Amino acid sequence: MPTTKTRVPAVEGWFTLDGAAPALLGSRCTACGTVAFPKESSFCRNPACTGTEFAETPLSRTGTVWSYTDACYQPPKPYVAADPYVPFAIAAVHLAAEQMLVLGQVVPGVGVDELAVGTGVELVLDTLYEDDDHEYVVWKWRPTGTTDPTRAQDA
Amino acid sequence: MPDGRQVCVLGAGMHPWGKWGRNFVEYGLAASRDALAEAGLAWTDVQFVAGADTIRNGYPGFVAGATFAQALGWTGARVSSSYAACASGAQAIGSARAQILAGLVDVALVVGADTTPKGFFAPVGGDRRDDPDWLRFHLVGATNPTYFGLYARRRMELFGATEDDFAAVKVKNARHGLANPNARYRKEVTVAEVLASPMVADPLRLLEICATSDGGAALVLCSNEFARRHAGTAQRVTIDAVSTVTPRFPQTTLEMPDLSTDSAAAVASVGPTFRHAVALAAYEEAGIDPDDVDLAEVYDLSSALELDWYEDIGLCKVGEAEKLLRDGETALGGRVPVNPSGGLSCFGEAIPAQAIAQVCELVWQLRGQAGGRQVEGARVGVTANQGLFGHGSSVIVSR
Repeated sequence: MPTTKTRVPAVEGWFTLDGAAPALLGSRCTACGTVAFPKESSFCRNPACTGTEFAETPLSRTGTVWSYTDACYQPPKPYVAADPYVPFAIAAVHLAAEQMLVLGQVVPGVGVDELAVGTGVELVLDTLYEDDDHEYVVWKWRPTGTTDPTRAQDA
Repeated sequence: MPDGRQVCVLGAGMHPWGKWGRNFVEYGLAASRDALAEAGLAWTDVQFVAGADTIRNGYPGFVAGATFAQALGWTGARVSSSYAACASGAQAIGSARAQILAGLVDVALVVGADTTPKGFFAPVGGDRRDDPDWLRFHLVGATNPTYFGLYARRRMELFGATEDDFAAVKVKNARHGLANPNARYRKEVTVAEVLASPMVADPLRLLEICATSDGGAALVLCSNEFARRHAGTAQRVTIDAVSTVTPRFPQTTLEMPDLSTDSAAAVASVGPTFRHAVALAAYEEAGIDPDDVDLAEVYDLSSALELDWYEDIGLCKVGEAEKLLRDGETALGGRVPVNPSGGLSCFGEAIPAQAIAQVCELVWQLRGQAGGRQVEGARVGVTANQGLFGHGSSVIVSR
C-alpha cells in the first residue's frame, strides 16, 4: 500500500537507510579490532584492551540462521503491535566475517516452517510500526533461498 | 572439602509459591520465620541479613535486606541487598557466606521474595533507549520465551531432540512437584496434554514455559564452629561452593536481553560456554566432580532448557541429554534426579527467591525430609541458575 508517511528509523544510528542494500552499523575498536553491535563509543569489551576510539563499520548484510522461533502471542510494551496482532518469526543470524549472532524479526509472511538452522538470509528494512505521520523502520531478515548445509557456525 | 571453606545450613523456609497478590515482604517474613524455627534460633540471634532484591516492587524491593530486617524488627544487625536478576538469591547467599567465612559474623539470614505481575515479564517502564532490556522488546518484540525457543530449536536441529522429549521433561517435573507442598502447580500432565497446549515460541508450548509467581524463601546460615556449639553432633548440611562468575569475552551464545553476541573475530572464543563455566567453577571450589552429584535443581525456565543444563552441569556429554532423559536417569528413582522439587515447571519464577528455594530443596533432600519426592541416600546436590545481563549461579550442598 503506498504511503506518504515519512520513513524514519525506529532507533537512531543502528543501520543505514539505504533502501537497496541496508546494513547494520557496528563499531570497530581501533586498538584491537573488536567489532560490536550496537555500537560502543566509550569502552572496548575485550578485557585485554583499553581502547577508547571506535570507527563505525557496516556489518555483513548476509548470514545464516543459527536458530529461530516465533512470537505467537503479542509481546508486551514497549513493543508496538499491529491491531489485530499478527505473529512473526524471529531468527538469530550468524555473520561469518564478524563471527557474531544478531537477532531480528523475519520478514512478514515467512514462518518457522520455511526456516532451518543454516538457512541463508539477508538484511532488509521493514516497517516496525506506524503513527499518523511516520513509518518507523527496523532491520529484518529475509531468506535468500540458499542454505549452508554444513551449518558451519559454532555448535 | 576443607572445613574452613564451608558454612552450615541450620534452617530453610519457604512461603508457598502462587499468585497471591500480597506484598512481597509478607512472603519473605513467613519464609524467614520458618527458617529460624527450623534452626532453633530467634531473630535476635541473627547478626547479618542478606536480602535478594526485587525490581518490580518499588524502593523497598531495591533494599530488600533492610526491608526484611525492619519487618522482623530492627535489631542493629548488619544488612546487604543484592540484585543479580535470577541469580540474586545466590549472590545473597554468597554475601552471607563471605561474612561468615571472614569471621565477621556467626549467624546470617538470607531472604528473597517477590510479587509478580501477570503475563510476560516486561521491562521496567519509561522510554529508555539506552537499556538493552527495553530495546529488545521495542525493536524485535523479543520476550524471554523467544530466547528459550531459539535454544530449543537449536537442540532439535543439532542433537535430534523432539517435541516429545521437551514434553517429557514437563511430565517428569509435574510428577515430582505433586509431593511438594510449596509448589504452585501440583497436577500431573501427559505428553498429549503438553503437546495440545498453545504454541508460545515455537517449538515451545504454554505448559513448557515457566510462569511468573509470588513466593519467598529463606536460609539460616552459620559458621562450622557455631553449628558445633549450637547443634552438637547433629547431622550437618553445608554449603561447599557458591559460583556467581561472569561470562568470559567473547560471549558467543545469545543471552537475554541482548540483540547480539560478542564478536569472536578479533579474539577467538575458547573454553567452556557461560552456563558450563558457572557450574565448573562451583565443582572446582567444592573439590568434587559431576560424578559425585546425587541430585540437581536446575533452572528450567523452559522444558527444553532443562536438557541444556544436564550437559552444562556435567551430568552427560553435549548432545546426550535426550538419552539421559529417555533412560529415566533424571527422574526420581533414576541415577541423578533433576528438579525433584518439581522445578520452575511447578513453581513458576519468583526471581529473587528462586535461587534460595533451590538450596532449600537440596537441604531438605540431604536431611531426608523431602517426603514423597525424597531422593534416597542423597549426599551431594548442585543447583544451577541463569538470568539476564550475564548472571548465573551454581551452589553445591553436601552432608
